[in-house]
Amino acid sequence: MTLHGEWLAGSELIAQRSAPTGAPATSGRTGGRTGTTGAAEPAAPAGGPGGTSRFNVASEEDLLTVRHAVRAATVEAGFGLVDQTRIVTAASELARNAYVHGGGGSLEIEMLTRGGRRGLRLTVRDDGPGIRDLDEALTDGFTTGSGLGHGLGGARRLMHEFQVHSVPGEGTTVVVARWNDR
Amino acid sequence: MTAPRATGVPILRLGDVLVTGLLNELDDQSAVAFTDELTERIAGDGARGVLIDISRLEIIDSFVARTLMELTTMARLLGARVIVAGMRPAVAITLVELGLQLTGVETALNAEQGLTALGWHRMPRPPGEARRDAPR
Repeated sequence: MTLHGEWLAGSELIAQRSAPTGAPATSGRTGGRTGTTGAAEPAAPAGGPGGTSRFNVASEEDLLTVRHAVRAATVEAGFGLVDQTRIVTAASELARNAYVHGGGGSLEIEMLTRGGRRGLRLTVRDDGPGIRDLDEALTDGFTTGSGLGHGLGGARRLMHEFQVHSVPGEGTTVVVARWNDR
Repeated sequence: MTAPRATGVPILRLGDVLVTGLLNELDDQSAVAFTDELTERIAGDGARGVLIDISRLEIIDSFVARTLMELTTMARLLGARVIVAGMRPAVAITLVELGLQLTGVETALNAEQGLTALGWHRMPRPPGEARRDAPR
């Protein structure tokens, strides 16, 4: 299956645990949500007004709004229909996690370009209780809520890059990205 | 928003089959309300089959998948067979990658095939009437 191939070939997959402090900032996105874009990585906004947009995830209506916004961004980044569906689905899972488990949060959409490829990065934050056991949370079928327990692990499979930072009691940040291979 | 709200999803009855569909804008609350409404209709109408058209769903995430699986099980417990019809190819690909197989949910390529599986067939045309579409 192409999925598996992409996955291995991508080699950008990172399931990063919450190291206490000074976690390696592989994505150039630590803290400072409105700060300048990390210089470590050339992640310039691609096309369109403003490469980054941020949405609150505090209600079910927000979940729909976020889905629409992510869909529009995937179209703008030139993704094909299947990739659009993957990314919107992943966004829906992560946003719902932030809403249900995190008690609300935010989702940020960034347009990326790197070496002529375009991509999309989603950063989903919440200030909820955090994830106690990340391995457990990434296991298919594990759920503490109303879903099927495929949200986090599923989002990881649908995207090329995946990072989780979670500190119990302080919240969870999930950063995912997918690159356009077309 | 605590007042019970209508889902706005029509549920049509064709003999002992209920025909309905999910809209893309379905939010979580509406999904739950839809489940309640449909199970009540199955019991009230004595339906033996339910066709759920999902051709308008642009994504199925784990919540919607769970809703469909639960609906199917509830309907079965009430003696009705559910067929979920019209899934978009991109949605099918994404669902599998997500790890969801909609176990136990019967599917059909489109609403017509789903209805056929539930015992509905095209009426043979009366002789002499002009044919509007190609014969199958």
